Amino acid sequence: MRKALLALAFCTALACQPAYAQEAPALPPAAPSVAAPVQTPADAYTDMASTHFDAIIRGVERLGRSGEARALAALQALEAHKLLAGNDTVYIRTDTGLVDARTGQNAPADLTGLHPVRLNNRVRQTLASARAELLLAQGTQAERRDALAQIQAHPDAAMLPVLDKALADPSNKSLAGSLNAARAAILLSPGAQPVALSEQLAAVAAIKAQGGLAAKSLLSRAATLVPLAPQTREAAGKAVASIDFRLKLWGYGQDLFYGVSLSSVLLLSAMGLAITFGVMGVINMAHGELMMVGAYTTFMVERLVAAYIPALAPFSLILALPVAFVVSGGLGILIERSVIRFLYGRPLETLLASWGVSLILQQAIRSVFGPTNVAVTTPGWLGGSFALGGLEITTVRLAIFLFAIAVMAALTLVLKRTPLGLHMRAVTQNRRMAALMGIRTARVDALTFGLGSGIAGLAGVAVSQIDNVSPNLGQGYIIDSFLVVVFGGVGNLWGSLAAALALGIGGKGLEPLIGAVSGKILLLVLVILFIQRHPRGMFPMRGRGIES
Amino acid sequence: MTRPPPLSRRAFTRFTLAASAAMLAGTDRARAAAPSGEPIRIGILHSLSGTLAISEATLKDVMLMLVDIQNRKGGLLGRPIEAVVVDPASNWPLFAEKARQLLSVDKVASVFGCWTSVSRKSVLPVFEELNGILFYPVQYEGQECSRNVFYTGAAPNQQAIPAVDYLMSEDGGGAKRFALIGTDYVYPRTTNQILQAYLKSKGVADADIMINYTPFGQSDWQTIVSQVKAFGSAGKKTAVISTINGDANVPFYKELGAQGITATDIPVMAFSVGEEELAGMDAKPLVGQLAAWNYFESIDTPANKSFIADWHKFTKNPKRTTNDPMEAHYIGFNLWVQAVEKAGTTDHDKVIAAMVGLRQPNLTGGIAQVLPNHHITKPVYIGEIQEDGQFNVVWQTPHEVPGQAWSPYVPETAHLTGDWTAPVNCGNYDTQKKACLGSHHA
Repeated sequence: MRKALLALAFCTALACQPAYAQEAPALPPAAPSVAAPVQTPADAYTDMASTHFDAIIRGVERLGRSGEARALAALQALEAHKLLAGNDTVYIRTDTGLVDARTGQNAPADLTGLHPVRLNNRVRQTLASARAELLLAQGTQAERRDALAQIQAHPDAAMLPVLDKALADPSNKSLAGSLNAARAAILLSPGAQPVALSEQLAAVAAIKAQGGLAAKSLLSRAATLVPLAPQTREAAGKAVASIDFRLKLWGYGQDLFYGVSLSSVLLLSAMGLAITFGVMGVINMAHGELMMVGAYTTFMVERLVAAYIPALAPFSLILALPVAFVVSGGLGILIERSVIRFLYGRPLETLLASWGVSLILQQAIRSVFGPTNVAVTTPGWLGGSFALGGLEITTVRLAIFLFAIAVMAALTLVLKRTPLGLHMRAVTQNRRMAALMGIRTARVDALTFGLGSGIAGLAGVAVSQIDNVSPNLGQGYIIDSFLVVVFGGVGNLWGSLAAALALGIGGKGLEPLIGAVSGKILLLVLVILFIQRHPRGMFPMRGRGIES
Repeated sequence: MTRPPPLSRRAFTRFTLAASAAMLAGTDRARAAAPSGEPIRIGILHSLSGTLAISEATLKDVMLMLVDIQNRKGGLLGRPIEAVVVDPASNWPLFAEKARQLLSVDKVASVFGCWTSVSRKSVLPVFEELNGILFYPVQYEGQECSRNVFYTGAAPNQQAIPAVDYLMSEDGGGAKRFALIGTDYVYPRTTNQILQAYLKSKGVADADIMINYTPFGQSDWQTIVSQVKAFGSAGKKTAVISTINGDANVPFYKELGAQGITATDIPVMAFSVGEEELAGMDAKPLVGQLAAWNYFESIDTPANKSFIADWHKFTKNPKRTTNDPMEAHYIGFNLWVQAVEKAGTTDHDKVIAAMVGLRQPNLTGGIAQVLPNHHITKPVYIGEIQEDGQFNVVWQTPHEVPGQAWSPYVPETAHLTGDWTAPVNCGNYDTQKKACLGSHHA
């Protein structure tokens, strides 16, 4: 009876709230009486079996406090959506069956009507803190360090006794620094009991010494927290200003990295075009689609590897590189032999024909793979980011930068040090003379076009990691690619490099100042003005054969 | 879930009785003979090529399925329905051209189509000139109320405003600082204008609102994501409200993942990311990020299940996802069928008059009712992205929310209402001046 009354009161309170403050009904629909009454002394597992986020959060908090060995398993299962609720308790789903989370015993297999314990961001947050609390007591040294980082990132006053206990534990000697930092963060957070002024100021100094965005965030909040002493707040304010100054300086370096990273994407996508357009003079509008084919090849390789040799799955991206080069290159040779070769010396027709080819390729991909994006996963070793001083370097961008340099170096070697490169340069500089010397110009044309296309395929593999893989992928790159090649000077690989750097760093330098849209417009205007004065780009190619 | 006033409930009962009688009659006839006579034509105005094809091709398919289902049920007024499919190719002027062709050459009874407000704004003069009927199925920025359009997608108060309420609530993290990130065109700009006014009315300071626009198809999000990160380090809970359109979403979320921003740190609430967009993403780094819609494929109701089953059967693909604009077309089409049955004719004026007040059950529960301002009532759901690319509903409005054509948070439109029933009959009626301002859109 009392329970029912409480539930009623709870529901009424809920319904009276002015906004739409109501939780979604659980799946399957829950009886309204499950609205966990606040005073019932149920244990953590009963709480977690509720369909209401408030009760689940309370359960998770209790599990964190409990220090039980089994609690960790339950929390990990919750995060992995493997925690099922029913009969006022929760079960962990394992490969073999169900385990009662409370007792650790195998549960009868015929349990029906179970539903996964619900998660939202608030539960996830509590979960991370509770797990950190448990790991701090039970985990390995590395796990404890991670736990402290988590506690510091989301300081909670209730965690203070836990930290004090950990500080007293001699096995945590090597973690003293992290422990004190986490403790300092808690002292400067809302809800913490005010401590002596000297301790407060020490906390500010400790956080300030860490620097970075997280420290700035913490100190900005501390600067407005009334329970803290006025001197502490003032010190926090000053610390924010000093961190801000350092962040600003690092910010220029960061913008430079973004610029170089954008440049490397531009360079990768333009390098193939620098060969087909720059060296051969073919206005190849299907260049972007050759990149797209490279990206779809990545997708296919990933699928095939996952299906047949799952052990190699993390490295399917590397396997995709040669495949994409061959597929796009082969397609390029096919296009050259079937369309382009009949149109040499007729740039307008080449433009139209290759544009037609690009439409055919787009629609073909759309028919085979559908109009929607396909998912190319980023392997674990390429995900995330790491700090380099005050710079944050995203791994995938760094990889693309290194890859662009590698492709550029390889291409230079091919052009300068191989017979094919020699023939290619000979044919572009003076076709008739080259032919008279016995070079099969038609074959060289096909191979050159294939090389440019293959490099477009490689670029496709790279952009599949940062952009969406859809039939429209190529259209986003074709204009920028032409811009790079024309701006840098047609026929000059180093010119393309310089142009990519100028456009990338210029674009990323302007973006924080005037916004992405205006930045792009301004950059285009500058390029147009430059081309007006120097129609052959920054580094025009010179020579008799070129002039004709 | 809803508690309509008793009068309208009685009217509804009367109507459902009549409708089911009509339907029974229809099936009887279908059993006796397939629908015959001159077909009733409807137009489908969705891009099948170009950049919008990614979203719109699906809507064409769902319309064909709905027509097919209706024809199996005996057609409409005993006549078969015939779909006239045209391809405006993601090209704004072509939308207007094709709309004109549908209305004046094909003489269609109604048109289902458009995607993005630019396309709708470009066909609007055509529909008003030729007195056509357009069902627009996509969420939009409001500030428009045409007699010839039925807005079956969400108005800002049916998506954006409840989403912000959720972010500010305890479950949503109690956000105090907001980064409004969008693609640079009319929908994000107007929505952000409304949101900014709304946030200010909730006591959010100017310094706590960051607004940023990017070009269509933006692929390099490094600077903006790091700006958001810096913006989020002011000691207050920060949330991102994203009106980024279509293709640009994938690189945006990839960059969020690369820079290590998770949903528990800075949640991102998206208004244009649905099941279809997620199908092309590796959803693992996105778990917990949010989207606000009026429909999710994962909502478990019998109506939704059978709709999804029909869809899989029709497309012969058990993996095709369903999404919010598809449900909007489902609702719009069925409302139009009801209106034609009620009016007994496909005459545009009579159907428009018959539409207001009609009710159609949603796929996810509740009722969509056509309001005098040609918008409908809709439930609002907040979903969290799951690893499998589906959404898990974490919050919903307790009742359907009636669509507002004009935002009360924008000073210029605060006192405007749209009412296409007698005696007002005006899309932008000024309640202060007691006068109709004439033009039907801002």
